[in-house]
Amino acid sequence: MQSLWQSGVLDPQGPVGAAERLILLNATAIMLAIIVPVIVLTLGFAWWFRAGNTRARYLPDWEYSGPVELVVWSIPALVVMFLGGIAWVGAHDLDPSRPLESETKPLDVQVVALDWKWLFIYPEHGIASVNRLVVPAGTPLRFAITSAGVMNSFFVPQLGSQIYAMSGMATRLYLQADNPGKYPGISAQFSGAGFSDMRFVVEAVPAEQFATWLASTQGTGEKLDVASYGKLGRPGLVDTPITFGSVAPGVFESAIRNAIQ
Amino acid sequence: MFGKLTWDAIPFTQPIPMAASLGVILVIGAIIALVLWKGWTRYLWDEWITSVDHKRLGVMYALLALVMLIRGFVDALMMRSQLAIAAGGAQGYLPPEHYNQIFSAHGTIMIFFVAMPFVIGLMNFAVPLQLGIRDVAFPVLNSVSFWLTASGVLLVNLSLVLGSFARTGWLVYPPLSELAYSPDVGVDYYLWAVQISGVGTLLTGINFTTTILKLRAPGMGYGRMPIFCWTALASNLLIVAAFPILTATLAMLLLDRYLGFHFFTTDAGGHAMMYINLIWAWGHPEVYILILPAFGVFSEVIATFSGKPLFGYRSMVAATLAICVLSFMVWLHHFFTMGSGADVNAFFGVMTMIIAVPTGVKVFNWLFTLYGGRVRFATPLLWTLGFMCTFVIGGMTGVLLSIPPADFVLHNSLFLVAHFHNVIIGGVLFGAFAGYIYWFPKAFGFTLDERLGKAAFWCWLVGFYLAFMPLYALGLMGATRRMQHYHETGWQPLMLVAMAGALVILAGIVLIGLQLYVSIRSRTSRLDRTGDPWNGRTLEWSIPSPPPPWNFSVEPRVQGADAYWGMKQAGKEAAAQEPQWQDIHLPRSTPVGVVLAFFATFFGFAMIWHIWWLAIAGLAGLTVTALVHAWRVDSEITVPALQIGEYERRRRNT
Repeated sequence: MQSLWQSGVLDPQGPVGAAERLILLNATAIMLAIIVPVIVLTLGFAWWFRAGNTRARYLPDWEYSGPVELVVWSIPALVVMFLGGIAWVGAHDLDPSRPLESETKPLDVQVVALDWKWLFIYPEHGIASVNRLVVPAGTPLRFAITSAGVMNSFFVPQLGSQIYAMSGMATRLYLQADNPGKYPGISAQFSGAGFSDMRFVVEAVPAEQFATWLASTQGTGEKLDVASYGKLGRPGLVDTPITFGSVAPGVFESAIRNAIQ
Repeated sequence: MFGKLTWDAIPFTQPIPMAASLGVILVIGAIIALVLWKGWTRYLWDEWITSVDHKRLGVMYALLALVMLIRGFVDALMMRSQLAIAAGGAQGYLPPEHYNQIFSAHGTIMIFFVAMPFVIGLMNFAVPLQLGIRDVAFPVLNSVSFWLTASGVLLVNLSLVLGSFARTGWLVYPPLSELAYSPDVGVDYYLWAVQISGVGTLLTGINFTTTILKLRAPGMGYGRMPIFCWTALASNLLIVAAFPILTATLAMLLLDRYLGFHFFTTDAGGHAMMYINLIWAWGHPEVYILILPAFGVFSEVIATFSGKPLFGYRSMVAATLAICVLSFMVWLHHFFTMGSGADVNAFFGVMTMIIAVPTGVKVFNWLFTLYGGRVRFATPLLWTLGFMCTFVIGGMTGVLLSIPPADFVLHNSLFLVAHFHNVIIGGVLFGAFAGYIYWFPKAFGFTLDERLGKAAFWCWLVGFYLAFMPLYALGLMGATRRMQHYHETGWQPLMLVAMAGALVILAGIVLIGLQLYVSIRSRTSRLDRTGDPWNGRTLEWSIPSPPPPWNFSVEPRVQGADAYWGMKQAGKEAAAQEPQWQDIHLPRSTPVGVVLAFFATFFGFAMIWHIWWLAIAGLAGLTVTALVHAWRVDSEITVPALQIGEYERRRRNT
């Protein structure tokens, strides 16, 4: 079982995922403190007050009690006030569009969801890749995410927050991988026939290795332009990741406007 | 001539839908043959199909729900078995083309054509009896509602034989459901089936809201109304408020698909999130439309089988109405991941949690109803206890999902799937079964077999935990919903456990059917001669089982809450002299409901396949039928006082 939880949301590899797991566990613990007694009492009351039990007191007209009512309304109200606070603070602290606190300058990545593959553009470095996202560990990642057509959801369970990829607009998301490693990524919003294979992998590597990867990719292989983007956009799967050594200006902006057919 | 409909629409090359449709056609053919052979046609037409009696309609709704439960469950079994084998590189036996239809049909059927008709059926049967009245406010409209629902059912099932169903999920999110990405008839089947049955549901909402607000037995003030009627009122108010949103939203999608509008397309200024906001503005209240009447059933059952009044009646009413109002303020929690900003997400997260307060109050009040009771462990109570223990877990995971940062990692995962099955099976379905067993003797005059009923309950309970607890775990491991296959072989053992759970639930369904069969066979030994088999508290138990068409020979006078319990305590009934019998006017049976549904089905079918002349003919048929009905002369029958007196004397002498 140990290995199963790894790769899931309970095995976070970055600050966003770690904070979300903490909220998940705290809230569960708080609620279990209410839920478990309720279940025990339900079964206990039903059993003790069974028709055959002569020792149980029958109160055929007991239908109201002010103090009990007060308690009955107070317990859920207090719990919800507490959890509501957690939700309010959490929603603000972990808003997907909120920059992460870090000394390191964030790396910009533009993401386009295509039928059924993920295109990652590194605007500062003029390269792009499909279904493979190489990032430096320990550096905040600033995503701008859109879709060329149907809706998808960009999600790397071990890094934390997912967000929708929607046509006609770009959503913002900050994530960070603390440690080098390979983390699976998926689309978490059903998008049609190839949905189950619309997967990618996040490869977090040490900063030096990332620089090496950039250098070895820049200028090599195909160029991402209107023609190659159009080809990529046709419905279908990409089995092995592709890299583009150069990117024509404005591809992402055109993708948002859905201007390339 | 036939629009898009050609021979290619029949899936000759696909063995599974072909075999399934052949099976369905054979079963329907066998039933028709049996009816003709036994000469039941006249009886069915006079007593059931054209009936406007709320009790008959309630029974037909429940029957429709049970039949569709089997259809929806077959879909579930196919999904579970597909995922049990499609691990690693394996693709399973259902290609995406087929698998995607199955999960879309499963959701659509279970919500619109199982949960809704079951709940509406229980309200139909029980609400007028509990209110102490002879029928609903608009009996003919009630029949129209039922038959329009049946029309939607027919269209959904037709997609099995002709063409295909939607491959988009049960809420047909655009842009995927737009013409550009779903050009075939699947989405149109969904849209017309849901639109037609949605009209029926809206009419039900109007009908029951009016009935509960305007027609109650003398003396039954709001403070004395049975709690099931309160929950039914809340549920129907929600129907009246929410279903027009559904109709309008789907109408906009229809305009996009049929007339080239751009409400939700990816171009020309359309945006899918408008649809997603609107559909959940209906969709979240819909959840409470289903669960509130189930809460009502549990409240009745727990009071009856504890031999005590419901604890905290006023709190329960307040909680019900609070849920009713709050349910309209939480829709955005279905898409926190849209990126709408921290304040918006936080607001909707907190609003969602606030609903947990009245819901929690309800659970505590049920708990204190048990306290000091004399608890009889009959089957309806078992379903209720099973619900209380199961539902709180679903409530907990629901509150978890309402915390935006937690939802960011759990949204659309199998954790979410486990959560809503936890509340819909553990809440709505358990409630429907509790109500079915509770009111069955009232409807048919004999009780259901308790031993088989208990066995069915345990199969459902154990099966539920086996099937859905692994899904919670899988969601936390990063498994998302609607996967047709997955790469992680490590998930397979849990998928197999879930599959085993589905098989245990299958045993539960078989046992429910067996219980019905065995009980009918042995009905003479299990007759309910008193009309009050459970020692009930509300007015439906004061009349014979099954009730006469006019329900109450004498209009009951309500002296307090739990009206019948009060009467029994006072011992009035036995002492009462024979009253002065009076003529009773009842609505006359009419085929208008079934005829309207007949034309609506043709209209829907014609629109799906773009057969315009047939669509016009269908519309014309609808209009003419409505007009003919509007000019009817004679809409009532009179049951003479003599006949009522005779009925009552015969009943008292046996």
